[in-house]
Amino acid sequence: MATQAHGMGHAVKRKEDARFLRGKGTYIDDITLPGMLYLDIVRSPYAHARITAIHTEKALAIPGVLAVIMGRDLDRYGLAWMPTLMSDRQMVLPIDTVLYQAQEVAAVVATDRYTAADGVAAVEVDYEPLPAVVDPRAALRPDAPVLRQDRAQKTNHIWHWEVGDREATDRAFREAEVTVAQDLYIPRIHVSSIETCGCIARWDPVEGKLTLWMTTQAPHAIRTVVALVAGHLGLAEHKIRVIAPDIGGGFGGKVPVYPGYVLAVAASVLTGRPVKWIEDRMENLQADSFARDYHITAELAATKDGRLQALRVKTIADHGAFDAAANPSKFPAGLFSICTGSYDFRTAFAEVDGVYTNKPPGGIAYRCSFRVTEASYTIERMVDILAHELGIDPAEFRLRNFIRLDQFPYRSALGWTYDSGNYEAALRKAMERIGYWDLRREQAERRRRGELMGIGISSFTEIVGAGPSHTFDILGLKMFDSAEIRIHPTGKVVARFGTKSQGQGHETTYAQIIAHELGIPEDDIVVEEGDTDTAPYGLGTYASRSTPTAGAAGAVAARKILDKARKIAAYLLEAREDDLVWERGRFHVKGSPERAKTIQEIAFAAYTNHPPGLEAGLEAVAYYDPPNLTFPFGSYICVVDIDKGTGEVKIRRFVAVDDCGNIINPMIVEGQIHGGLTMGLAPALYEEITYDEHGNMLGGSFMDYLLPTAVETPRWETDKTVTPSPHHPLGAKGVGESATVGAPAAIANAVIDALWHLGVRHIDIPITPWKVWKVLRERGVTE
Amino acid sequence: MGYRVHVTVNGTPREAEVEARLLLVHFIREVLGLTGTHIGCDTTNCGACTVLLDGRPVKSCTVFAVQADGRDLMTVEGLARDGELHPIQEGFHERHGLQCGFCTPGMMMTAYALLQRTPAPTEEEIRWAIAGNLCRCTGYVNIVEAIRYAAEKLRGAPVTTGRGS
Repeated sequence: MATQAHGMGHAVKRKEDARFLRGKGTYIDDITLPGMLYLDIVRSPYAHARITAIHTEKALAIPGVLAVIMGRDLDRYGLAWMPTLMSDRQMVLPIDTVLYQAQEVAAVVATDRYTAADGVAAVEVDYEPLPAVVDPRAALRPDAPVLRQDRAQKTNHIWHWEVGDREATDRAFREAEVTVAQDLYIPRIHVSSIETCGCIARWDPVEGKLTLWMTTQAPHAIRTVVALVAGHLGLAEHKIRVIAPDIGGGFGGKVPVYPGYVLAVAASVLTGRPVKWIEDRMENLQADSFARDYHITAELAATKDGRLQALRVKTIADHGAFDAAANPSKFPAGLFSICTGSYDFRTAFAEVDGVYTNKPPGGIAYRCSFRVTEASYTIERMVDILAHELGIDPAEFRLRNFIRLDQFPYRSALGWTYDSGNYEAALRKAMERIGYWDLRREQAERRRRGELMGIGISSFTEIVGAGPSHTFDILGLKMFDSAEIRIHPTGKVVARFGTKSQGQGHETTYAQIIAHELGIPEDDIVVEEGDTDTAPYGLGTYASRSTPTAGAAGAVAARKILDKARKIAAYLLEAREDDLVWERGRFHVKGSPERAKTIQEIAFAAYTNHPPGLEAGLEAVAYYDPPNLTFPFGSYICVVDIDKGTGEVKIRRFVAVDDCGNIINPMIVEGQIHGGLTMGLAPALYEEITYDEHGNMLGGSFMDYLLPTAVETPRWETDKTVTPSPHHPLGAKGVGESATVGAPAAIANAVIDALWHLGVRHIDIPITPWKVWKVLRERGVTE
Repeated sequence: MGYRVHVTVNGTPREAEVEARLLLVHFIREVLGLTGTHIGCDTTNCGACTVLLDGRPVKSCTVFAVQADGRDLMTVEGLARDGELHPIQEGFHERHGLQCGFCTPGMMMTAYALLQRTPAPTEEEIRWAIAGNLCRCTGYVNIVEAIRYAAEKLRGAPVTTGRGS
């Protein structure tokens, strides 16, 4: 039975569902190898302490415990430290000092996970506690203890980074009719994918080969890093295979290398047996990379009639004990310089200082392309504050200051060239969809009755598709991505990509791209990712880069195949190539539609009857280096009601209008937006990692770290506009994180909008009932 | 010292000798070899390990295997019959109620238990029923729709199209 090629724009049901629905997915902990051992980790109870002794005798006496690995064991092989993605270095295991609570101190290898845990409990470590540095502003004081003695640093300051025209911006502020300034804190939060991290390392001493099954979003980059770090031990890149199996959510948290992975490799080399390490949730929450943690002071300059002129932003970024941010090398603060957002600024200046503290390594991008969430939240909060100060409706204010349709491609004051956008259309659609002016009338009415209702807008611009190799690299690896398409004689396809899905539906989306280009039904296409022995080299999936880069590579590879298919078709049809017309799935001779060859017939001929002089086979590889990033955007409007008695914020409605260019699968895009919105709701109202003054994490399990459930999450309403990217082969832009980036400001703006008339100008997220209740009490609204 | 545990798993009797401290989730995954039941939090918060014990949903990360002795256990592997997807599985596929798939088995087991006792749940009842199952990918909207789809199909009602949102 012939199946149909649906191609782009169709809500094709997902291929990958088949195994997940039956419980037949293969996540890392589902894999068991013969003779496999289990590794568990001893962690520090202190945020800052000197280790004076580690006693392993009791642990080693437990039947089934094979080894206890310590920092000095690794040091012998030059493996006690590993490089981070930001060219810093991070302890795998400390030799003398620990720098954050729950830091890895030793590893126990045993025959099963229960025995390994027994071993961990039996290892005794003597610590000499040291004063902890918790607040990054305190860390910058001259009298603060210097944390990174290994770097011969004299301060806890890591780097200073700035962008824009400082002088012109300062001048604009001096001369401005109106200015506003606001401190904003975006707290430390955690991706908390439901699957924690883990790996299985299998060192084969006969072949000299290391196989690593690993929860990673970037298998090839990991392989290269392992080869660069451990090459002196004989681990060469062609003898390392990294396999990322099914992954239970990543959201940026599975980009970095964690010490547990390295320890599993060391343990496998040591014991000659496969070693599995799986984090538990407490370890995941307490020790894996964190996101955000930006202390921001932002200022806007404008005219009295509400025309934006200049933006100035100063930020202190808490990166914890090691600078392990995932960023393109040339941008220490990632893409924070998109903080001019959707608005036409004449001038802008932004600066960020990175700081070490006694916290776990920070600075990953939680469902966000390298700090665009921080940037977007900043500008969208500031625009709202300024609009309110000037007494201009926040929607009107935005419409007045948007980059106009005729200004694209638009070069921002901080140097980005936005590819395309139609911000006014998106906002107007959202306003219409939610009934904006009616809501404003209702709000005025309710306010007269003493009720608290707020309407918040966020008109964000995203920046995704890392990236153009002239500016984007990680540790020197340029950030292209790749696709390899092989068409077999019977017209069936195996396509492999350098990215790695963590739930984004690549197997379906990529198949649709190939189906769209070649007219081969999706059912005849198998998509594979995540195995470095088979997939072409790619930089992985994060920062919404899969469709903008690997998806483009898929289209380019398909077009290469089509060029060859045309030659074969011309030979088979005895026609000139120029005389052939492609009609998605077959070529026919111009003017003679019955003289045609399908792509399947051409594929068969490519192996059985190809033109003399032409190579056999029908396959292609493409490494796609985008000419620019893509800039999806959207306008979100949120309506909240606030309970005056409890301070609780209830989201009544949330309308999200997204524009991610041409859409490949509308069902998957909508699913991505729903998920992203929930991950935007979470930090706005619930999620926050806090520490006491000794660096103790307050709340290291899901009992304390609040993730929204189905009860807190509203029924998201979504809509779209379509503004294709002019430079992407499919006109697509990427969407995976847009909603996470856009949502927090819409929610915070709605809350402040509800309270502005009480003199409230800002409340830092997460906006908990306690914070709101305190504000209401201070203003005499509640008892 | 070992304890002998007899359970009926998805209709098939199984027995094994286990340590007293072995958690039910590890019994299911590592002794019975049914890896569809996942571990997400170890603290009964996320619901990824939800299975049915005598028809009632339990979080198997905080139940001992010995507590399941002599009882009836149903896991995600028991949902499909004769190769045919259960309406709940069909609903999750049709309504795009899953992304990474990690929380999905637990979510579907909770939904199964809900629909056993409440064949026509309201949206609010569905949301409260799955409040003990965390999902980080989907934003829940489509999970609610998937369960609604299954409810309608199980009742023999025509399955509505679209979501009306």
